[in-house]
Amino acid sequence: MSSYLYYPGCSLSGSARAYAESLAAILTPLGVELKEIDDWNCCGATEYLTLSPLRGYALIGRNLALAESQRNGTSTLVAPCSACYANLAKTDRFVRDSAVLREQLNGALAADGLQYTPGSITVRHLLEVLIEDVGLDEVRRHVTRPLHGLRVAPYLGCLVSRPDYDDRWSRHEQPRELDRLMAALGADVVDYPLRTACCGGHMTQISPNTGFELIRRLVDAADRREADLLVTVCPMCQMNIDAYQDEMNHHFRTDYHVPILFFTQLIGLAFGLEPRALGIGTEIVSAHRALGRIGIEVPAAEEVAVPAGPAGPAAREGRRAPRPQGLPMPHLDEDDR
Amino acid sequence: MASAVRVSPLGAAVDHRFVDEINAATVSDSRLEMCIQCGTCGGSCPSAADMEHTPRMLFAMARAGFRDDVLRSNTPWMCVSCYFCSVRCPQEIHIPDLMYAIKSIATREGVAPASTGAAFSHTFVDNIHRYGRSFEVGLVARHYLRHYPFRLPGIAPMGIGMVTKGRMGFVPHRIRGIAGLRAILARAGELETANSSQVGQA
Repeated sequence: MSSYLYYPGCSLSGSARAYAESLAAILTPLGVELKEIDDWNCCGATEYLTLSPLRGYALIGRNLALAESQRNGTSTLVAPCSACYANLAKTDRFVRDSAVLREQLNGALAADGLQYTPGSITVRHLLEVLIEDVGLDEVRRHVTRPLHGLRVAPYLGCLVSRPDYDDRWSRHEQPRELDRLMAALGADVVDYPLRTACCGGHMTQISPNTGFELIRRLVDAADRREADLLVTVCPMCQMNIDAYQDEMNHHFRTDYHVPILFFTQLIGLAFGLEPRALGIGTEIVSAHRALGRIGIEVPAAEEVAVPAGPAGPAAREGRRAPRPQGLPMPHLDEDDR
Repeated sequence: MASAVRVSPLGAAVDHRFVDEINAATVSDSRLEMCIQCGTCGGSCPSAADMEHTPRMLFAMARAGFRDDVLRSNTPWMCVSCYFCSVRCPQEIHIPDLMYAIKSIATREGVAPASTGAAFSHTFVDNIHRYGRSFEVGLVARHYLRHYPFRLPGIAPMGIGMVTKGRMGFVPHRIRGIAGLRAILARAGELETANSSQVGQA
């Protein structure tokens, strides 16, 4: 049983509840123990850094300081949320590199009797821990219901392999770690060149049309490759593609239906666990049909009735559906996969 | 001090201390001075089409001291923090962090361009001050009612789905150490103010 410090992040007790439930369900079979940092706070996403960078770093630094003081046989801090991971890892790196930031961050933390020793905590994303420490052989050993025939587009999103100042990932733009994990579960892995393209982050909240276009590119690329679903490692990506797919469809007058699940949910399914225990069915774009194709029965989708008629800014103003933007995407050679 | 502000040939006020000001706000090393104007950033940017200036242009303007134009540009608000530019930049400039620094100065001075970006950040941060954690329901409810009421009919089914599927908690969680967290943030705010006023005296 290997043990890690754990920073869940805010989404996992709310919009990404399915991520937390499915993670909890696969830990025991994989022999991993996660010790949640006591009384952790929000990492501030990009919002606190936007208003006040130093206060943003202090906010993140409090979590690092708590982790340092709660070390108990391990100094590795695992984050399942890509934004939390990027913030924690970046802050640790910046305080190692910058004497000014180190002094000021600790000056702020001293207001509550805390301090952080740069480098005393190693921040890692959950996906990396499962692949590098647990290992794909161990994952394969627990697969009782291989996902044969399920076409999965591996969508890593931005903030895992970028900025990656500590070079933990094979590549910044086309890393294959998630592909390899999905292959270990027996899934048919789709060549998905947008694997680290951006879901738009908070653009659905502050500049919806920008956000819709970024969501459209991801969903369209998966649809063109006849993927049954997207798999993600990030609550923000899941939220944007799942919860805003309907509004995006209204905006572009399109009719995409591409479900997106967390990688921990697919691991749980391949391990033969009950779909309901993995939070399957909590997605807005139902995965019912996709999973049914490979004989996995999930609770009947409670589709919420969508009101007929136009919605969204485009329809409201009575103008034609906007033209999609974006460049053609490269096809990757077999050698490169 | 007054001699640092001149008028550019374009008529805009030029502030030659602006780069120092941005660097002070970035706290870590921004490397802004290293920009070679290659344009890799704009070419890599998924939201560049919606920006008034490409990042390359924004950095040129910043280094030329066009403080007002930079602070009023929508460019930093369109940055999605995807770090494509950052990993491709041959000069390893910390581009998203520069965008945060520029947004923080613009917000502090109240000249941020018309966008709901600053309002969203403020609402998000208010919840952190109140609870120490994000509060998703409170955040989206306040933001949508205030800024996007016309989107509510379109997203109502999704909102209902989020609630019925148990993905929206109505009770915020307050951390035990909230008083300590507020003290940390207040101290950091004082240090930040001191950083920016030091630039003014240089």
